[in-house]
Amino acid sequence: MNKPVFGLVLGGLLGVLDGLTAWFTPEARPMILGIVVGSTVKGLIAGVLIGWFARKVGSLPLGVAFGLAVGLILAYAVAAMPSATGKHYYFEIMLPGAIVGAIVGYATQKHGGVRTVRA
Amino acid sequence: MKTDPTAERWTAVFLSDDAVERLRRAADRPETAGTPYTIVEELGRGGMGTVYRAVDATLDREVALKVSTLGQADPEEAERMRKEARVMARLEHPGIVPVHDAGQLPDGRVYYAMRLVRGKRLDRWAEGRTLSDRLGVFQKICEAVAFAHAHGVIHRDLKPENVMIGAFGEVLVLDWGVARRLGEPAEPQGTVLGTRAYMAPEQERGRTDLVDERTDVYALGAILAFLLEPAGPTGRVPRAIRSVASRATQREPEARYPDASAVSADIARFLDGAVPAAHRENIFERLGRFGARHRTAILLVLTYLVVRALLILFLAR
Repeated sequence: MNKPVFGLVLGGLLGVLDGLTAWFTPEARPMILGIVVGSTVKGLIAGVLIGWFARKVGSLPLGVAFGLAVGLILAYAVAAMPSATGKHYYFEIMLPGAIVGAIVGYATQKHGGVRTVRA
Repeated sequence: MKTDPTAERWTAVFLSDDAVERLRRAADRPETAGTPYTIVEELGRGGMGTVYRAVDATLDREVALKVSTLGQADPEEAERMRKEARVMARLEHPGIVPVHDAGQLPDGRVYYAMRLVRGKRLDRWAEGRTLSDRLGVFQKICEAVAFAHAHGVIHRDLKPENVMIGAFGEVLVLDWGVARRLGEPAEPQGTVLGTRAYMAPEQERGRTDLVDERTDVYALGAILAFLLEPAGPTGRVPRAIRSVASRATQREPEARYPDASAVSADIARFLDGAVPAAHRENIFERLGRFGARHRTAILLVLTYLVVRALLILFLAR
């Protein structure tokens, strides 16, 4: 599995799990489906970008930093969207989103990217 | 009786140990006429011969010239030195000193020329080094010995004094004077060759029929134990690496690693963060190793979980 695909899969998976944590907040529970879908899409986009970066730059600290930055920016874009209540959850979305991005950054630097050479 | 004080002084000078030693060395200095070598200085002296720093005029380079001891009329000793040169010449490996030339000097002494190794002996080099540095060097020693084993040669006198670390980190196994080709007739029973501190029990008992690759494995284990004590600046030596030394130095040859390549493979496993085959780790060691290998990942996941838990608690209020 190459790094962008690995990032896509991992980002999507962590996005689902991150979205599901909204279930623990009673006021967000009615919107859980939308939150999970939004979080998954965010994870997929972040995963591909971070995986692409890992393929270009082979550096663990830079990979983690890039993942953190991408996670933060995409989470900001999600948090900036108007919610049904009109309230914005910048802190609550951006902080875990950035950490998830860093985890994907770490994982794509460490794993994935096995190439098969054909004669 | 009156004595001349000047004569007394001269007598004292002539009888001093230093002067006698200087004279002996001057008399022992080999006659290299007819060879391309010019002796520069003596580097060391062993039971079988003396090693000199010399200049090879043909190729304009410095070499180490090993010359048999003066007055050594024993043809067996001369043959042993020729055999040493032949063994070393056959083993072409970066960890074994290459022999350039061999022959006989005009005074009848046997010599061979080899690469002049500049560096430190392992026992002196090891002082103040980290554990991973020491294990890296030990692995290179194992690789050189494994190469010899693969070519049917056993060293029989491995010890820190016979390993040289070059200026660029190259590791060279020296002194193949008592090496033996497997399959050749062994020395008579009771013959003890090697250095006692690094000698396997069967070698110490003079059981020449039992001496094989595992005898070198024992010496490698003893060298590893030497490299682990003292542990260097980091202090702590993991139990897993002690297990490698312990298995290599088992009393019974059957209980040791079969050859040097097996020791090398176990060291490589340890350096890669895996468990050496010689070690059975407990649950705490397993957790510790897992934590050390995946420290960053564990830290990131824990941070996420803590942040998420704090946010859930914060939003629930």
